[in-house]
Amino acid sequence: MPVLARLFEAAGFSTVVLTMMPALATALGCPRTVGIEYPFGHPLGLPGDVAGQTAVLRETLRFLATAAAPGALLELPYAWPQPQDVAYKAWQPREPSPIVAYRRELAAREARERREDNAAT
Amino acid sequence: MEAWRCTMGDVWRKAVVDSFKYLPRSFRERYAQVAPPDEPIPWTPLRVPLHEACIALVTTAGIWRKDLDPPFDYEREKREPTWGDPSYRVIPRDTRQEQIGAGHLHINNDDLLADVNVVLPIHRAEELERTGEIGALAPSAYSFMGFQGSPANLQPWRDVYGPEVAARMRAEGVDAVLLTPV
Repeated sequence: MPVLARLFEAAGFSTVVLTMMPALATALGCPRTVGIEYPFGHPLGLPGDVAGQTAVLRETLRFLATAAAPGALLELPYAWPQPQDVAYKAWQPREPSPIVAYRRELAAREARERREDNAAT
Repeated sequence: MEAWRCTMGDVWRKAVVDSFKYLPRSFRERYAQVAPPDEPIPWTPLRVPLHEACIALVTTAGIWRKDLDPPFDYEREKREPTWGDPSYRVIPRDTRQEQIGAGHLHINNDDLLADVNVVLPIHRAEELERTGEIGALAPSAYSFMGFQGSPANLQPWRDVYGPEVAARMRAEGVDAVLLTPV
């Protein structure tokens, strides 16, 4: 997403990125970043929470107009209402993503091969 | 509200928002090694006040309009786990919740299928347009899919799809863009 923000900004649009990973967005040179400590998949908040979503959107858009210089960062103070362990599990897909499953399979295969090599020597 | 901080991008200072709160520990180290871009950060000041600005929304939630477009190619990603679909979908602003399709393989899609505004706040932005806080919500929003392979191949976004969306936004009179990665 930082690559798209930079591309749009360079094309003449003012951009703001609302993200759960402001450290990454600023490191990758987003023009304006708004950080929010919500679980992945929920930059605006909970489903059905009109007031909460509006507050996040309003503050993020205001930052478009007030951010002073390239690389500006605003961190929103909102806290997620669920306990961390619940939210940590809830945002993740029910099945591991294909790349995670693939990496696990590779790691398991390498471990198996190491065991076999050790047994052979 | 006094907890707000507005600073320049000094990434490793003590931050209010912990970017790694919902990730395995190993990600902290992995992301600490990202290389910043060589070129300076581009900058376009907002050319009109917010209450006159036309705003477009762009997400990487990988959603689409079930009645207008095919899904992203999640089937190919299942077969080729190191590949991610670089294309995008247009989400018209009058889209209703039941028209949203979702299938991003790296998040749980239940909440955005219940309320798309958690990732793409089209209905919230319409309300701000009605109250006059923003000039207009653009006719079209855009959805990309955030996983661009491992290692990520950002060339198609950079060379093809990003410029295409920029041209569409220009044609629709957009002044500013809100991007919401998931």
